[in-house]
Amino acid sequence: MKILVCISKAPDTTSKIAFKDNNTAFDENGVQFIVNPYDEWYALVRAIELKEAQGGSVTTITVGGADNDPIIRKALAIGADDAIRVDMDAKDAFQVANEIALQAKEGGYDLVLCGKETINNNGGVIGGMLAELMDAPYVPLATKLEVNGSTAEITRDITGGEEVLNAELPLVISAAKGMAEQRIPNMRGIMAARSKALNVVPPSGTEANTEVKSYALPPAKGDCTFIDAENPEELIKKLHEEAKVI
Amino acid sequence: MSVLVFVDHQNGKASKASLEAVGYAKKVADQLGTDLAAISYAGINADGGIGAYGANRLHVASNVSVPDSGQLAKAVEAAASAEGADVVIFSHDDLGKAVAPRVAVRLKAGLVTGVTSMPGDGLEVTKNVFSGKAKAMVSYKTEKKVISILPNAFGMMPNEASTEVKEFSPEVGNAGITIKEVNTTASDGEIPLPEADLVVSAGRGMKGPEHWGIIEDLAKELGAATACSRPVSDIGWRPHHEHVGQTGVAIRPTLYIAVGISGAIQHLAGVNGSKVIVVVNKDPEAPFFKAADYGIVGDAFEVVPKLTAALKSFKANH
Repeated sequence: MKILVCISKAPDTTSKIAFKDNNTAFDENGVQFIVNPYDEWYALVRAIELKEAQGGSVTTITVGGADNDPIIRKALAIGADDAIRVDMDAKDAFQVANEIALQAKEGGYDLVLCGKETINNNGGVIGGMLAELMDAPYVPLATKLEVNGSTAEITRDITGGEEVLNAELPLVISAAKGMAEQRIPNMRGIMAARSKALNVVPPSGTEANTEVKSYALPPAKGDCTFIDAENPEELIKKLHEEAKVI
Repeated sequence: MSVLVFVDHQNGKASKASLEAVGYAKKVADQLGTDLAAISYAGINADGGIGAYGANRLHVASNVSVPDSGQLAKAVEAAASAEGADVVIFSHDDLGKAVAPRVAVRLKAGLVTGVTSMPGDGLEVTKNVFSGKAKAMVSYKTEKKVISILPNAFGMMPNEASTEVKEFSPEVGNAGITIKEVNTTASDGEIPLPEADLVVSAGRGMKGPEHWGIIEDLAKELGAATACSRPVSDIGWRPHHEHVGQTGVAIRPTLYIAVGISGAIQHLAGVNGSKVIVVVNKDPEAPFFKAADYGIVGDAFEVVPKLTAALKSFKANH
């Protein structure tokens, strides 16, 4: 089974979020970048588990500049076999999906996995766009994935429950919590990653469909109003009269 | 040129998230000086209740019986073409996440998901980024636009209209998925967490799953859903679907009461869209107080039953 995993770079969860150039760009100064957690912990690790159980290969794909190479090497250290990087500074998800779809079609993958969303853009659209561009079924928010021959059995979260479904390969899936456990790369993996192929390919030149005009931080939260533990009636009163939520 | 809104359904009725999207779409239609059409699929009963939110027409793809994203995207495209719709609106819920990106590709439309504002004059919209720690204003460069709104960001906007229901059978090909089983985790009468307006949540401060009775009592008195922090679902004190936070469910209730949760940044990422946050924690230094509107420093085992009792007497007098 040939598996393609979409890997994106994201600021570490605890990073300070600030903007520059008149609030039009994220200020990367002092920010530690990680593999987007949904891409790494769930999509990539499940892909590697499937390969270990059934044979095949795991290729990662990233759309971005050379500043992505450290996180790509980490994915290789965790256990991916090789990597593709489309060398472009994408402006929106459609550009990213389009570049990945071109590579996915050329590579003839059975399964394309991505995380349910990135923790910086929170879009959650790459998988769906990719599936449409590849004319493949798409199952987002998958929490379990098993593959038997050409059929996948997937469990996914839906509002108020979960759903178990079948789909035929080739297939696109977005992964949510539950799909796999995080793997820490070991020294052997880190050494091996250095010699694995990271193929840099030029972009096709698709235009973006949307554009971020500006960023803003939310207004500072007002101070917390403390209420005496012996007087919860006061809290109920405030929730009713002041906050008007009950 | 109408505005088109996608409607999902459960038990024949439009889902709460879809009704919210219909109300939003009606406002967008008013803003553009046009009317509102909706698209759904087999299983919706009559108008599914969307007439009360302002939809003038509902197209039902009667040949699509499972929520397959590929078939639904083709049905939405067919309805958009029949209506001449340049703006298509979704809820960014579990089905919207599957269908909206496919529709955007088919229509060659820009797509913005998790939208938290009404569109501006140029139809630019605002969305949450960096897991709720910032907002981005995004503009479209395409003639056609797909807007997928963040559930619970707008609330219900009733707007009476009479909805004409039209069945049609668009060319959709075969379904890419077959559903084997659906397991509902919320029991009858319980509110699914992502749709809840009021949420009572608890964390490791509860010291064990056997102590959750007081949390459930408070939630029941309030008519709220229950939730929990990540450590609590990881060690199995509470079911996985109750986990709110960065890697769990992101919620935006009007009231979020957090008991015995310290307020790690990953937890805040899942709840920072709440309108009002109440924190009960015995540690006055708990970081969650910095994100709270109201705080009580005290022992949960004493404070929570008192709060439930106070709520009971409040309800008796109102």
